[in-house]
Amino acid sequence: MPKQILSGNEAVARGAWEAGVRVAAAYPGTPSTEILENIAEYRDDLYATWTNNEAIAAELAFGAAVGGMRSLTAMKHVGMNVAADPIFSGAYAGVNGGMMIVSADDPGCHSSQNEQDNRLYAEHAKLIMLEPADSQECLDFTKAAYELSEKYDMLTLLRLTTRVCHSKSVVELGERIAVETKPYNGDWTKYVVLPVNARRRHILLEENIARLRADGYDSPLNRVELNADTSVGVISSGISYQHSREAFGDTVSYLKLGITFPICDRLVRDFAAKFSKIVVIEEGEPYLSTRIKAMGIAADAPDFVQGELNAARIRAVFGLDGGGEKADASGLPDAPARPPVLCAGCPHRGFFYALSKRKGRFVGVGDIGCYTLGVNPPFNGMDICICMGSGFAIPIGLSRALETQGDTRRVFGFVGDSTFFHSGFNSLVDAVHQRANVCLVVLDNSITAMTGHQENAHTEKDLQGYQVPAIPIERLVLATGLDTSRLIEVDPIDQTAMGNAIDAGLTNEGVTVIITRRPCALLKDEIKARGTKHCEVAADKCIGCKACMKIACPALAFNESAKMAYVADTANCTACGLCKQMCKVGAISEVR
Amino acid sequence: MGKTTNLLFTGVGGQGTILTTKLLSSALAEVGNDVKMSEIHGMAQRGGTVNTQLKFGDKVYAPNIGEGEADYVVAFEKAEALRALPFLKKGGTLIMDEREIYSMPVLLGQQSYPATWNAEVVAGDYKIIVVPASKIAAELGSARNANVVLLGSIAKLLGVKISIPDKFGEAARKAYEAGEGAVS
Repeated sequence: MPKQILSGNEAVARGAWEAGVRVAAAYPGTPSTEILENIAEYRDDLYATWTNNEAIAAELAFGAAVGGMRSLTAMKHVGMNVAADPIFSGAYAGVNGGMMIVSADDPGCHSSQNEQDNRLYAEHAKLIMLEPADSQECLDFTKAAYELSEKYDMLTLLRLTTRVCHSKSVVELGERIAVETKPYNGDWTKYVVLPVNARRRHILLEENIARLRADGYDSPLNRVELNADTSVGVISSGISYQHSREAFGDTVSYLKLGITFPICDRLVRDFAAKFSKIVVIEEGEPYLSTRIKAMGIAADAPDFVQGELNAARIRAVFGLDGGGEKADASGLPDAPARPPVLCAGCPHRGFFYALSKRKGRFVGVGDIGCYTLGVNPPFNGMDICICMGSGFAIPIGLSRALETQGDTRRVFGFVGDSTFFHSGFNSLVDAVHQRANVCLVVLDNSITAMTGHQENAHTEKDLQGYQVPAIPIERLVLATGLDTSRLIEVDPIDQTAMGNAIDAGLTNEGVTVIITRRPCALLKDEIKARGTKHCEVAADKCIGCKACMKIACPALAFNESAKMAYVADTANCTACGLCKQMCKVGAISEVR
Repeated sequence: MGKTTNLLFTGVGGQGTILTTKLLSSALAEVGNDVKMSEIHGMAQRGGTVNTQLKFGDKVYAPNIGEGEADYVVAFEKAEALRALPFLKKGGTLIMDEREIYSMPVLLGQQSYPATWNAEVVAGDYKIIVVPASKIAAELGSARNANVVLLGSIAKLLGVKISIPDKFGEAARKAYEAGEGAVS
């Protein structure tokens, strides 16, 4: 069989295709996004789609599984909070065709708002949990996930972490298995979770878990590696196994658990009995160690609950040799910080700049997307941002709290177009229905940008390139019954119009909705359309007032010795024209 | 346990660090190495630092490397070279372009860009090789090929040859060869 270097995400997609998966659905979220992007490539063999949120994706996949097809849904860890409802009850119902949920956790918060460890979900929701440790296992475990799901009538959770998702390693590929769609039997005693059914299904589910727990003893997904040193046995799973291997080396022995719910207690006890000392290595919550200790096994389990694990952290705890000796780079200056910023030409810059000019008159509530970067100086656009969709709901509560204490600032909430469809719309309905005094802004850049340009309900093409109806945001907004005078659509780069819209939002009673419309500057069509168009600062006109520097555009720089601004990065300047509006002496012009 | 050779590539979003690491990974796997490559992206695409890590040898376990563990640091940008130096091991080699990309705190005048630090380095327990990749690539027709120049340099040092895909164009092939030449 051919070999390829694949990321964990690519290998999951390949494994799902090989396993005969017919339906895949997800909402984008780093580090999980590439799973759907890659599986979508198999256009002739399966249907892959983005959905508006993770709950819908899980429900859609569940529907396909009950209908007899093997299905997949993938999400970032926090996405599983959104999808928890269908997952918990779907677990009671079980499947017909196999179903796999992929959770991509992000220890270290590389691109996330928390470090939640979704292994705890597996036990709580009663899902078979598999934890691959590299790309080959991503492929192999994915295929196994469907066999287990169908054999034990359970949903499977493939639990990944950023280092597994985004690491590439050599993978041996296989062929696609011919899997027949199973006949749909419409068994309402199984799939309608009325109490009478749920109580009975729960008993069956616990029986299935017990069966799999026992069968784990012989599963090839769990692996014992016996080495020369018989004093120490290390128990680990997923990427933590790789770090353990680096730190402890080839002499100690390992129990590498591939099935981490249910944990096969007999396997763990047998392994533990062979060694005088048992060490449990795990990144995140003490999930394995708590359960292993509950078996009455004394285990040395260091706390790595916070941050990403690596071999150096393990070596430090156990006083192990190895690792690196740093080159002496003393006496060198510090590198300047390089925080992520809104790109040159980003439409959000126009909104946040206009908003920042009204400092002291608003309180900003953000959401998850590129526009979260509006929190940074010089915009300081928000005080609060916690999760998807909350940008439209938090303002309802916050505005009440502020009004009560005589704080007259208007609460502004902002969500992106994709986030609006994810869960923002529900909150808008509440805001209107509850007569909230807020200004809610949809920052519509025509794409799900932060995760790398995924289609959403608002785009005319879907994930697999099919033409689909684009759902108009403005009509959804007006469907709430909001007066047309309270809906303002504006180009955020146009500072006069943008400023007027914000002023209306500051003074109107009730709900004002602003939709800022301008496509993400990095969209392929946008790049093509502008060609080499960019801005230039005329040296003979620039008076060095730095007004243009206030917009914090990464393409603009200021030469302190010459006392003048200049376009430092003409390749990235999009000639959006925001800086031009800042210049009072007309020194900035568009060129090709 | 067999030893691995560890590399860290660092640059700014859009410079092509990930693509470079990918091409090198494939070439190293083709000559029989076990290879793992690790990248972190997401927020990094918005003008932040992008790091990719590459390990190869008989058998590779963890895909990422710790401080003091890199045999080579390949820096596509000068300040990023400075930031990545803690990863370089004693006796290791830093290969860097002299390109300077100012971050927002520098553009806003809140922090200064350490422009001449590499001239001040008295390379003691590590080696520093400056490859003016951006300049070379620009002279050969496209500044965007700076990553290919650096790819040529590191591939040469590792003793592998990468065939540049035709779709990259003639300028890229020349850039690769110039990169090889820069370290020989």
